[in-house]
Amino acid sequence: MRPIANTRSASGMPTGLLAVWWVVGSEIVIFGGLLASYIMGRLTHDAWAVQSAHTNTWIGATNTLVLLTSSLTAVLAHQAAEAGDGKLAAKRLYMTVGGACAFVLIKSYEWYTEISHGFTITASPFWSFYYTAAGIHALHVIGGGIIMLIVAHKAKQNLELHRVELIGIYWHFVDLVWIFLFPLLYIAK
Amino acid sequence: MAESIPHDVDAAHVDHGDHHEQTFWQKYVFSTDHKMIAMQYMFTGMAMGLIGAFMAYAFRMQLAFPGDSVPGFGIVTPANYNALVTNHGTIMIFWVAMPVLIAAFGNFLIPLMIGCDDMVFPKINRLSYQIFLLSAVVLVASFFVEGGGFGGAWTAYPPLSAKPIYNLTPLGCTMWVIAVGLEFVAFLLGGINFITTTMNARAPGMKLYDIPIVVWMIVIASILFMLSVGPLIAGAIMLVFDQTLGTAFFDPDKGGDPVLWQHLFWFFGHPEVYVVLLPAIGITAEIITVFSRKKLFAYKTVLHTAFGTGVLSFTVWAHHQFISGIDPRMANVFTVTTLLISIPIAEMMFVYIATLYGGSITLTTPMLWALAFIAEFLIGGVTGIFLGASGADIYFHDTYFVLAHFHYTFYPIAVIGTFAGFTFWFPKMFGKMMNDTLGKIHFWGTIIPFNLIFIPLFVLGAAGQHRRIYDYTGFPELAKYQDVRVFVTVALLVMLAFQLVFFYNCFISWRSGKKAGNNPWDSCTLEWTTSSPPGHGNWKELPTVYRGPYEYSTPGREKDFWPQNEPN
Repeated sequence: MRPIANTRSASGMPTGLLAVWWVVGSEIVIFGGLLASYIMGRLTHDAWAVQSAHTNTWIGATNTLVLLTSSLTAVLAHQAAEAGDGKLAAKRLYMTVGGACAFVLIKSYEWYTEISHGFTITASPFWSFYYTAAGIHALHVIGGGIIMLIVAHKAKQNLELHRVELIGIYWHFVDLVWIFLFPLLYIAK
Repeated sequence: MAESIPHDVDAAHVDHGDHHEQTFWQKYVFSTDHKMIAMQYMFTGMAMGLIGAFMAYAFRMQLAFPGDSVPGFGIVTPANYNALVTNHGTIMIFWVAMPVLIAAFGNFLIPLMIGCDDMVFPKINRLSYQIFLLSAVVLVASFFVEGGGFGGAWTAYPPLSAKPIYNLTPLGCTMWVIAVGLEFVAFLLGGINFITTTMNARAPGMKLYDIPIVVWMIVIASILFMLSVGPLIAGAIMLVFDQTLGTAFFDPDKGGDPVLWQHLFWFFGHPEVYVVLLPAIGITAEIITVFSRKKLFAYKTVLHTAFGTGVLSFTVWAHHQFISGIDPRMANVFTVTTLLISIPIAEMMFVYIATLYGGSITLTTPMLWALAFIAEFLIGGVTGIFLGASGADIYFHDTYFVLAHFHYTFYPIAVIGTFAGFTFWFPKMFGKMMNDTLGKIHFWGTIIPFNLIFIPLFVLGAAGQHRRIYDYTGFPELAKYQDVRVFVTVALLVMLAFQLVFFYNCFISWRSGKKAGNNPWDSCTLEWTTSSPPGHGNWKELPTVYRGPYEYSTPGREKDFWPQNEPN
């Protein structure tokens, strides 16, 4: 049962939106701390640049494209939800989940090749950061995908349509983290 | 924007005043009611406080009587000693100060003080407590696994904490990090409710500057916590990977950087002081205004100062690292910022003194605790100036002077602040008045021994007594102070004994105390306008707010208080 508190909006901003921004804010500082640590290490250790040359930029670029496309379908889902078309919103969310699955599969293949070349998580600080940062990000992709399935399931019945926007905000955040990870781990040599 | 949320008001109204039967489990264990969750946090926090106090008892006995068997504990080995001091610190900050000051008072007070029926997301609230309870269980369990509890100090500096071959507690060290990480997650979830409830669920008419200071302080503390804890969550993941997978983050052998952990830890660790300080300052504000029958002096200044303190608190962390090999130029910068942050805190102290000035003061038990908070925290703040100056800190670093300093800050926050709030809101929580005589006996029996414990420790620290040493009798220069150590331990025993008075007082007041009525202290804020204890949904009809929270002794009015919900 929903308390009356949940139905009030003294600040004028929907409560769900406030809560999602809180989650995104706390996630930003988690990734911020991790990436700031990485950048500080990278700036002071030339050897990390040599190691990062072993990452596969093409696979990283493909995954960037996959995630950006999935964000586009998330936006289109929001558009459909605003227009009140739950069925279409759900369909577009399923497409986003498809993008998430593709991302994780490509990532698994990439890790498989790297580990088989001997670049494991214990090889050096660079590889420790590489697997930890991308791994935590991948967990967010998986978690976001699962929540999106739940939201889509409800949206299909035209229920809780405002949640389409909320999961979209979260998904853009997951996308944005990757936009930081990609140049830091792959492009900067 | 607001319209996009489907409003389900009818469903929410159905239950009002209708106390349908709940099973024991629904009511006390899996409750989503903010008051019950507050009590769960309060009693879990107090139980953990007893465990932390027992640890202090065991290691203080060892310091006073080295090598003797401690009654109730047995022989304290060096490994035991390290595990005890480590977990004493961890428990008192993360499992006592945080749950009681933020979660318990936050959960109890926010909906009642802003005039709504519950937190915005009751199920997230329940989940927050369940994760917190799990974290407490993991921490306590770490004492009973092979190798025993973690003994690398509550700051867990690597490489000692990162490698089981160094710390000799392969399971204990990992369980410690996991417990702390879970605790952080619990408070991030709790923070969602504190922010959204205060921002969105306020009673009609309650503007931002009508929110009581204690609610503001808990909200600011939650924001500070959220903004500072992220890097340490990342650090905790990195540390667990170092311990279990053998990653290279903090391991110098593999090219990692142990000082990186110190930055991640203290970037959180210093704002954390303000995370627990602000709610205690807020509690004090409520009590001081009620018992001096005066408006809070400069409400907006206090609020803006608290925000300023929050911003500044992110710029001081490296004062913990003056001897970690930090660049001396950086040490100068952090000295300046550290000294600067004493200004807003001093300002709040002056505001409180100005509030007391000319008021008609009643020395009830909660008022005594609130005044003691100001006096004792002042000593903690002033000794912080010594330590913030990098020159003096190089000498004082890791001595008992530091230990006495932060106990003079954390003890007023976690213990005095808690007792102030608990005795003040006890009538609202349980519907009965506490016995004032027993309360005062407990107050003096706690405050006097507290000072007798920690003032001698300043002296010992200045004499060069280093922290984290198991037995000082082997050091000729320090062995001569053994009498002081015995004195301190005796003072601790006296203080612990007086806590029995508190628990006895709680019990008999709860059983057979005087009925409190709605508003025993003649207070203006909303929580006193409903029954004690408030029923499910808090009010039969939710209140509307017409004015600020501290309208005491308004000229030209018959009564000396003007509740927030009275039209005129």
